[in-house]
Parts: sequence; structure tokens; C-alpha cells
Amino acid sequence: MSEIIRVKQLTKEFGDFRAVNDLSFTVGQGQVYGFLGQNGAGKSTTIRMLLTLIEPTAGEIEIFGMNLRKHRREILRQTGAIIERPDLYKYLTAKENLRIFSRLSGVRVTDRQIMDQLALVGLAGRSDSKVKTYSQGMKQRLGLAAALIHNPGLIILDEPTNGLDPQGIADMRNLILHLSRDLGKTLLVSSHLLSEMEMIADHMIIIHKGGKVAEGIVDELLNPEKSMVELVTADLPGTLNLLQQTAWAAMLKEPVNGTLRLEMNKAAIPELNRDLVVQGVSVLSLRPMNTLEDYFLSLTKA
Amino acid sequence: MFIDLLKIELFKIFKRPRTFIAFGAIAVIILLVQFALKVNGKDFVQFYTDSQADTFDIPYEKILNGYFVCVAVLHMILIHVPLLVALIAGDMISGEAGLGTLRLIAGKPVTRTQLILAKFSASTVYVILLLVWMAVFALLGSMLIFGTEDLVVFRETDMHIMKSGDVLWRFFAAFVFAALALTTIAAMALMFSVFSENSLGPIVATVCVVIVFTIVQQLRVPVFEETVNPWSFTTHMLGWKGFFYVDKNAEGATIAGSVENPESLVRSGLILTGYIVLFLLISIRSFNKKDILS
Amino acid sequence: MKKMRVLFLLLFFSAPALYAQEVRTLLQQVKAKYDKVNDYTATGKMKTNVIFIKAPVATVKVYYKRPDKLKIKNESGVSFIPKGSANVNMNNVLGLSDYEAVDGGTEKIAGISCRVVKIFPLSDDESITRSTLYIDETKLLVMKSVISTKENGTYELLMSYKQYAEWGLPDKVELTFNTRDYKLPKGVTIDYDNGSGKDKPEDAKNKKGKVEIAYSSYIINKGVPDSVFN
Repeated sequence: MSEIIRVKQLTKEFGDFRAVNDLSFTVGQGQVYGFLGQNGAGKSTTIRMLLTLIEPTAGEIEIFGMNLRKHRREILRQTGAIIERPDLYKYLTAKENLRIFSRLSGVRVTDRQIMDQLALVGLAGRSDSKVKTYSQGMKQRLGLAAALIHNPGLIILDEPTNGLDPQGIADMRNLILHLSRDLGKTLLVSSHLLSEMEMIADHMIIIHKGGKVAEGIVDELLNPEKSMVELVTADLPGTLNLLQQTAWAAMLKEPVNGTLRLEMNKAAIPELNRDLVVQGVSVLSLRPMNTLEDYFLSLTKA
Repeated sequence: MFIDLLKIELFKIFKRPRTFIAFGAIAVIILLVQFALKVNGKDFVQFYTDSQADTFDIPYEKILNGYFVCVAVLHMILIHVPLLVALIAGDMISGEAGLGTLRLIAGKPVTRTQLILAKFSASTVYVILLLVWMAVFALLGSMLIFGTEDLVVFRETDMHIMKSGDVLWRFFAAFVFAALALTTIAAMALMFSVFSENSLGPIVATVCVVIVFTIVQQLRVPVFEETVNPWSFTTHMLGWKGFFYVDKNAEGATIAGSVENPESLVRSGLILTGYIVLFLLISIRSFNKKDILS
Repeated sequence: MKKMRVLFLLLFFSAPALYAQEVRTLLQQVKAKYDKVNDYTATGKMKTNVIFIKAPVATVKVYYKRPDKLKIKNESGVSFIPKGSANVNMNNVLGLSDYEAVDGGTEKIAGISCRVVKIFPLSDDESITRSTLYIDETKLLVMKSVISTKENGTYELLMSYKQYAEWGLPDKVELTFNTRDYKLPKGVTIDYDNGSGKDKPEDAKNKKGKVEIAYSSYIINKGVPDSVFN
């Protein structure tokens, strides 16, 4: 599979503050690549560097196999993006905005193409309304239309579901999957909605304090042989004492929010359950923490 | 691509209501001045000629003609038009940053230099259109209302009389020079705009710079007259008036088609052009190095 | 011998009276010549040479109607006509009825020997307080006049005559007059500084202005309506 984005040892410093620290990752052709991190982790800074809005302090970026610094124009012609909230020209209509952004991307589009794009995002009926009359969700959808109007091969979406209602979120999800699976586009998606990311991303990177903490295929990251297991009992201190006197003690981690945590092979969960029951422990819940949220929080709070 | 960028910028400028406020304001001001001079013009001319009323027969009605009124209007308006220019040019980059659209256009396959040059060019086109508008109302309008005659221009220490056939080309040259002067303001406002993320700052900064240098120019302080004034762009922005200062021969009669000390006008034009180039270079360099965080 | 002495004394003491009588006669002869013109409309080119007025050469019309109406008009442009231009009309002086005339000797004007006649009006109602005429006796033409007025200062006129000399009408007149300072507040004019005003300190002291009219044609005694003098 060819690499669409290749980031190598990317660093950005603002004065004494290092916003992105030696970050490296690759995004392959046709992938939906999740880009996760807490607020202030460096996601937007990284995306802005990919779009040449910010100059890196160090490191290299290659997109479509070309050095970004040397082939900026060719690369950006094939790239569409929404960065944070999609602010467009409020005093212009949706059609006028799309015409401007298509021209800026070096593409002349017909009115028909503009209407088709607006129909794709559900705004065909408001094409001649000024953007200042739009709701936040409508602006989000128009922003996506602006990112897609010139038919780019790479689409970078920063928080694409902001302001969308549940139906809107579902529509966005379906659109992203359609762009990737049916049209072969490559997408880099940054989002806080971890449950959504779990559904759409097939690869992801988690960054924290500017650096990478995890990268890989989502399924593999969320379903490793060894994973964090959460145990909830009726008597937490008593259970903890009991486990500390057994072979399970080596797997114990810090309790969190009234639950016990063990890092262990998932195959050993039934055995643990048996041992607890035999010892008379009332087990309320015993489960592997293999949601993305669990995984994310475990990495970023560690 | 540059032409496309320029068209886009002009489209954006003329889609905003504030653009038309400037045109409307100019039309209203000119009409008000024309009305005032139609009603009270003789008093206005008397202010300039009072000291000579005992020595000469003053032809008040002939002096108060369309050309004289146009010069009076330009004298009043061109001091204030820099604000209207700054309103548009000062918003060019900072306005986009404030709107959030700067990150969208800067992430497109156009160079930042092209963006700055397109925005500057659009500002220049706006300045030219503003002056054409002024010419229609101030010159053509005054000619229609007040008729045409020889033009008398009053300076601090002398007055210049030009035959009516020797006037129109001077207005054309004056408007061209005024366009150069206002383009200097546009370039400065654009430069300030690069450093800001809200429009008010660059607009206020531009107007303040113009006011400060104008006041320094008006003060008769020798140290300023020798050091600051010769290089201050506000000094040279007044060059449009120089086209109404006529040269004279040894016998004291004016020479038709001439301008007093044309070298000074060339020098002023070059200095203003130099300022435009300087402001543009600073804008391009700074914008190319700027991290766009808005 | 005694008779000779008496005769000499008689001649000596009556000489001034004789001279006065002579200049009066001269003035009357000149007036008679100038009175041949009842009215005229003249066309000419007027040059203005005043330190603070930069004006083009103007085409002017000069209208005259006996005894004292004279008007200079620029009908196709703007000109600042000095108020003393009314004195271009010699009849203002020659037409005085009650005056004292004194012989001032002779002086050359433009190479022509002229009789200098000083005239002092005796009536307080006259606008002229004194006048000096330089008269070409052979041709009975006023070559130069210096006229002091009550309200408008002193004017000096220099005339030259060619084709209309027989009518007493000059082909060129130079009028020199006093001017007042001209200066406007800098904050009002906000001038463009083109460096032109810096090198002429001596001109600032020049308080005189000059207007030169070169006449190209006269239409004499064909009638001039009173309305042109309004």
C-alpha cells in the first residue's frame, strides 16, 4: 500500500513551549486514519503543519510522495481540509463560497457541480442563502463541501462532527466511509468522539503532550492479547488485600474510581473469576477495557 | 492564477456593504460642499481674497466656478479619504483572520506572496474606483452646477490663475497622483493588517500614523522640517496640489501647460512609490513567515 | 540803467506767474487733444506682474466714456484688475477744474524730453491729492503720470504711443501700484511644499505690483453703452 502522508520527526516550538515533539507517523492510501489526543495535545498544530499554515521547527513531511516544502502547490491541489470550525465567508452564499474555494484550489467548477456537492451534504435547498443565516451544523456541512469541491485525493478533517445532531453525526460517518471505501479517498480525521472514531477509523495515532503514545491498526490496539481488565466488587479494599496475597498481585495496577485494574491476558479472565468466587468475593463486574475510550484514557492518564 | 485571485478579492470587497458606505459618504460630502458653496460661495472666496479687496477688483462670481469648487472639495476630502482606504485595506488579512477564513485560503495551492499581491492589487483597484467616483461627483458635478472658468488656486503666499483650457489635464494628473498617494495608505494598512488578527487595530494604526505625520508636517518646527518632513509620506501625498502651481516666465506671466518645479513632483512620486514597495516587501516577508493560528 | 534794473526785476518776479500760465496752457492744449475722444472700446493683452499673483496673459477689453468712465474687463477669464486702473484715463487729471499747476522742469522719459507738470487739486472733494504729468510738448502726449489718491495709494503710469498717438491713445500702458501683504494661514491652505518659496527673500519686500496692457486696437467714438461700466 502506498503512503499518502509520511511525517518524520516533526517538531514545533512556540518560544519555550514544544507543541509537537518528534512526531512520526504514516497514512496509507485509502485509509481512514484517526488522529486522537486531548485538547492541547498538538493535533491542530500538526494538521496546520500538514497544510503549511505553520512552519515546522524540525522534521519532514511528505505527501503523495513529494516533499511538502518543495511541492506545496501540487500537494495542496489534491488536498481538502476542515480545520477546527469551518468559518466561511458569512456575507456570501453557499454557492459563492464554493465557487471561491474551488477557484483557489485551481479548479473551475460548474453550477451543476456546485449543486451536486451541496446535495451531497444536504444543503441544496439553501444554496443561495448567506452563510450567516446557517446553523452551526449547516456550516459544518458546508465546510465539508468546500473541502471536497475540487475532488481531492487526501481529505483532512479536524472535528468534522462538531455541532452536528445525532442524525448529522451518522450522516457524516456514512459519508466518510463512502469517501474511503467507495471512492478510495484517504482521510485523516481528528475527533473527540471516540465512539465515532472507533466506528470509522481503521488506523489511528494517539498523541499526548505533542508526542506519540500509540499508533497502529485500531482492532489490534483495542484487542491485544494483553489488555487492561476492570474488576468491580462489593468490597474493594477486601478484594485488593486478597489479590495482593496471590499470584494475581503482579498484574495489579492502580485502582481507579472505585474499580480495580489488572493488566493481564484476556484468556485468564475466567480463571480470575473462578478464584474470586471461590474466595467468597462478590463480583459485580469483570470486563476487559477494550473500548477506544478506555484505551485512550489509559494511555493519556498514565 | 493571479487574475483569478484578484477577481476573487474584488468580488469579496464589493460584496460587503461597508464598501458602499465609503462611496455613499463621499457622494454625500461632495454634494454638501457643493450646496454650501452654491449658497455661500462668495463668503468662501472672500476669506481668501479679503486682504486684497482694497487693491484689486475681485471677480467673485468668476472665481467661484466648477474647477474652483472641485479643488476645494478635493482639498477637504483627500484629508479624510485615507480613513476610507484604511477601512478596506486594513481588513485584508486581519479581517480574514478574524472571520476564520485565513486558514482556509492560506491552506490552498496559492503562495502567500500571491495572496498579498492580489489583496494589494484589489485595494489599488478600490482606490482607483473611489477616485473615479470622486471625479464624477467633484469635477463633473461641479462643472455642471457652477460652470467653468479660469481656475484660481490660493496658496499660503501666492495665488495661481490658470486659463480654463489649461485645467482639465491638471485634474487628470492630480487624480492619478492622488491614486498613488492613497495606494501608499492602502499598502501601509495592508502591512499593519498582516500583524493583527482583528481589523480595528490596523485601521486605527493607519489613521493614527497619518494624523501624527500630518500634524508634524503642519508644525513649523525646524528640526522636523529638516529631518522628518522631507521624507514623510504625508508631505508627498499632497503632491496632487502641485499640478495646480503654475510656472511663470521672466516677465511674471504664467506659462500654459507648465507646472512649478516639476522635479519636486517626480521626487514625491518616487518617494511614494518607494514607500509602497517597502510596505509591500515587509508585508510579503512577514506574511510568509507568519504561523497562521487563527 | 535804472530802467533796465526795473525791467529785469519785473521780469524776474513775474516769471513764476508766466511759467504757471505756460503750464496751464500746455495742459489745456493736451486736454483739447485728449477731448477728441468721447469714447472707445479697446482690445489688448494684459500682463500681471505682482509678486503673489501668478496669472496668464489675459485678453482684456478696455471701455472708456468721457469724462470719467473707464472699465477694464477680462471677458473670457479671471483677472485681478487693480482698482487704480481707472487712472489709465488721463481725463481724471486733465479734467480737474480747480487746481494749482507748477512747472517741474524737464525730464527725459523713454529718451523723449518731457515737461514735468505738478498738479495740486484745490478742492477737498477730489479723490486725487496730487499728480505729476510728464508731457511731450511737441506731440502734446502724456508720457508718464504719477497720481496719488486719497484711498488707493499712489499709481504710476508709463505710456508709449504709436498708431493712435493723434488721438492721445497709447499702444502700451504700464501701471505700477502699491500692494498689500498676501498671506493665508498654513493650516487652512495645507500647501504642497515643492521647494519653490525658499529662495526668494528679496521678493517678499517688494510691495509694488505692475500691470502692463498692450493695446491691439481701438474703436473710437462709436458709442459705448453705460451698462458695461456697472
